[in-house]
Amino acid sequence: MCQTMRQETIFEMTSPCRDNFRITGYHFGNGEKALAIVGAMRGDEVQQQFICSQLVNRLQYIEQQGHITEGYSILVIPSCNPFSMNVSRRFWAMDSTDINRMFPGYDQGETTQRIAAAIFTALNGYHYGIQLASYYVPGDFVPHVRMLKTGYEDVETARLFGMKYVTTYQPRPFDTTLLNYNWQLWNTKAFSLYSGHTSQIDTGTCDETIDAIFRMMQRTGIISPRPLRAAYESIVIDEASLLHIKAPHAGIFRRVVVPNRRVVAGETLANIIDPYNGKTLCDVKNTADGIVFFTHNRPLVLQNALLFKIHTL
Amino acid sequence: MIKTIVSTELPIDERFRIRKNVIQHGKEGLRFCVVTGTHGDELEGQMVCYELAHIVGENSQKLNGTLEIYPALNPLGIDTIQRGIPNFDLDMNRIFPGDPNGTMAEQTAHAIVEDIKGADMVIDIHSSNLYLRETPQVRINVQDAEWLVPFAERLGMDFVWVHDAATVLEATLAHSLNATNTPCLVVEMGVGQRINHKMCHRLVKGILHLMQTMGLWQGTVETGWESSIICKGDHVTFLNAETSGVFLTELKCGINVMRGQVIGQIVDPLRGIVLSTVTSPVDGYLFTIRAYPIVYEGSLMARIYNR
Ligand SMILES: [Zn+2]
Repeated sequence: MCQTMRQETIFEMTSPCRDNFRITGYHFGNGEKALAIVGAMRGDEVQQQFICSQLVNRLQYIEQQGHITEGYSILVIPSCNPFSMNVSRRFWAMDSTDINRMFPGYDQGETTQRIAAAIFTALNGYHYGIQLASYYVPGDFVPHVRMLKTGYEDVETARLFGMKYVTTYQPRPFDTTLLNYNWQLWNTKAFSLYSGHTSQIDTGTCDETIDAIFRMMQRTGIISPRPLRAAYESIVIDEASLLHIKAPHAGIFRRVVVPNRRVVAGETLANIIDPYNGKTLCDVKNTADGIVFFTHNRPLVLQNALLFKIHTL
Repeated sequence: MIKTIVSTELPIDERFRIRKNVIQHGKEGLRFCVVTGTHGDELEGQMVCYELAHIVGENSQKLNGTLEIYPALNPLGIDTIQRGIPNFDLDMNRIFPGDPNGTMAEQTAHAIVEDIKGADMVIDIHSSNLYLRETPQVRINVQDAEWLVPFAERLGMDFVWVHDAATVLEATLAHSLNATNTPCLVVEMGVGQRINHKMCHRLVKGILHLMQTMGLWQGTVETGWESSIICKGDHVTFLNAETSGVFLTELKCGINVMRGQVIGQIVDPLRGIVLSTVTSPVDGYLFTIRAYPIVYEGSLMARIYNR
């Protein structure tokens, strides 16, 4: 007999003058907690929300076809923060706190700690966890799987997504309150997926990310194999090894190269233009052969700002 | 003498600068720093810096050593009425000691720590935020208590809160300085976006008194104050809102409350009903109270030191 998707209200709270705040989860399959997927945690993570909505849509179909492996269950939470998205704020509108920096949460604490606690309780106990994340510095990335180095990070499973890169990085004090960090400490194999964009929906990178998630689900045996587009042999790097290229001057930023471009030492990566007379203040030069992993994507740039991260070869 | 410790270009015809006023007298002597403005919506430190720069500047012959005043560690935040750094996700007080190879904010944090490090005393002045009203207090991490409480007592604040260590707090300016053996005391008082003159005058006196006891200041300081309440160990009760709504209270902080005493009510303006009553569960000293009336479930309403 085929099961059907079950919707659950994970958290509900009244507000002073708005509608109730609700977090909704979608369960698929039955049995052992195999995989949990979390979408938008911040109000501008529209791409992340869209990807999750597509996953819910396709998982419904997969479940109806009986393609979820017997004895496995999947949870998808498309949004942890509909209130902020509805008013175009990145963080919790009342106090500008970031739900993603409140984990593992505290159910007797402040509002966003309570929200984090409810989310964390719902997410606890899953074997694998995927968060569709955004970075604290605005910019464009090569789509990748990112993991904090906690000693529990699982690089081999991260490769199964078949994304271009798998990266690891050393947590700093402010990272210890992230979902990914706490998930790992509570024995979930946690992966943050950076699909390249945040506040806009880019169909190309969305499709790549959705495929990557289904590929991982197939390769770990959570769903049965179906044809997908071609995968990559992931390059695994420690983020500390990336070369940082900074802005020699402030001004108007004109990017010459995009993520995933191969570049050589001495190549011009961007121009910085004088905002008054239109002359080129300087060219931003690459200093080693490699692949562009990250680029700044705003029209203006501060002096010394981080503009590019290069994976050197 | 005004010194610039950070100066970089902003995109359109402006420089981002962090400046300090260095007042020096005598050949020897200690170095005392007063810093504020990490959080752009906390303004009491502005008046304290003004008063100190004025008093010590006019009477520099009474100074024996160096006083360095940094009124604006986050100048763009102050000018845009925001707690954080414009266009940056993280609270500036969560990225210390910074990183010379990181983002602009991390580079700035690094430059600040490098400049202050090695001082004989640092006072980091905060002003609560828009949401909470605070009794004038000094906050000290439990692992620095033995070393720093004797200095804190000389500031003459009402309250000294020795709080637990938390990993996220390792990234504060105070922790980063204390970790390099540079003593740093964090002062919290008042409420965000406003200046309480009485509290500022008290802190100015307290700072001059501390400078005097360290041999840096030869001027007179009236010290008629009562000794600070020192709160050590796990004796602080946090009251959080049980319901969302509008908080109404008649109380101010800095008073003793009794178990069962009503702190305020959370009401529903649409239906005209009381949604919940905030009551003290303990006998104690109320040192924090909610200032901003709109609250959600979980909003912090009060902190009480339960003696
Ligand atoms: Zn502050």
